[in-house]
Amino acid sequence: MNYIFYFLITVSIVAGAINGKLTDVVNAILSGAELSVKVAFSLIGIMAFWLGMMKIAKECGLIEIIAKIIKPITKRLFNEIPEDSPAIGDIAMSFSANAFGLTNAATPIGIKAMEELQKQNIDKQSASNAMCLFLAMNTAGFQLIPATVIAVLIGVGYPNPTEIIAPTLLVTTIAFLSAIFMAKIIQKYWNPQTATNIISNEEDECSKQ
Amino acid sequence: MFQTIMNNLSLWALPSIILLILTMGLVKKVPLYEVFTDGAKDGFKVAVNIIPYLVAIIVGISMFRACGIIEWIGQICAPMLAIFNVPADTIPIMIVRSLSGSAALGVFSDIANSTDVNSYAVKLAAIMVGSSETTFYVLAVYFGAVGISKLRYALLVGLLADIIGIVAAILVCNLMF
Repeated sequence: MNYIFYFLITVSIVAGAINGKLTDVVNAILSGAELSVKVAFSLIGIMAFWLGMMKIAKECGLIEIIAKIIKPITKRLFNEIPEDSPAIGDIAMSFSANAFGLTNAATPIGIKAMEELQKQNIDKQSASNAMCLFLAMNTAGFQLIPATVIAVLIGVGYPNPTEIIAPTLLVTTIAFLSAIFMAKIIQKYWNPQTATNIISNEEDECSKQ
Repeated sequence: MFQTIMNNLSLWALPSIILLILTMGLVKKVPLYEVFTDGAKDGFKVAVNIIPYLVAIIVGISMFRACGIIEWIGQICAPMLAIFNVPADTIPIMIVRSLSGSAALGVFSDIANSTDVNSYAVKLAAIMVGSSETTFYVLAVYFGAVGISKLRYALLVGLLADIIGIVAAILVCNLMF
């Protein structure tokens, strides 16, 4: 992340200077910072709503049932997560919400799933294999109906907006499956996580005290 | 037919999930109101927790978009992509869609409004925008919420999947339209 952050900002400033767009780049800092807070704050209400709903779903055993239904799939995909972990149910709920295009529900539930995965994580600062896989599934953006795009097409008077549903679904399925595939393959060759970070942090805190 | 089924499915998905959760909670004698408010308490905390991560990513991306480099990449790629029947208009979408969902949608609306609605560019753009999720945003929000700063291979996989999505969109569009 350090390199990405450095790269994005340095390249922007240098390229902005060459292009004579340095003012735009500087203004983008302000507008970007403002936008981030707007995005975060717009999440508060809907986040609270779905976290509340999910808590009821968990207490009444609904999530457990859903987790059991999709167990054959998740057992293979998330083989590092214990089968009875609440993370499995949350992942399933978040995936369904995404598939139906319920972005408002999908983000809070997805965050909750991440929190559950974090509990199993041996190094709290780095992403576990399960987290990388879950993120890959989310970035591929599997969705049955691209509602926003269809809305735009209807807006400009496109003759048959729904004809793009099938090709879009095909493309998003390809991207989704390949994301899972790649996550699984790369995981084998990537340096495994070590638990040393936690220990060294604790040591730091101990030495401070 | 398929269309009406799908429309109804999306319309009813959310209400039925909520009904199912609440009804099952009532049947199982879960104190609905208490449990709901208890769960909802974390909403504010999570949203505030992700602010630093969002600021880092969104500011970086806003600067990147403002500096004009996306236009450069577009100009360099245009002749190569023209071989595969890719209109130059759609190139900014490919670059921007992993960075910013609203920007990708903006470019798409631009194309849809400025060119002939029945053109190939509109179809390709629609498929590319509809089949993608903003990788960097998802990364910032999901990992930010739990305080992950070492991404390992997560971004790599996300971007590779985006590239595969773009290639698939071009292929599918070539075959179908």
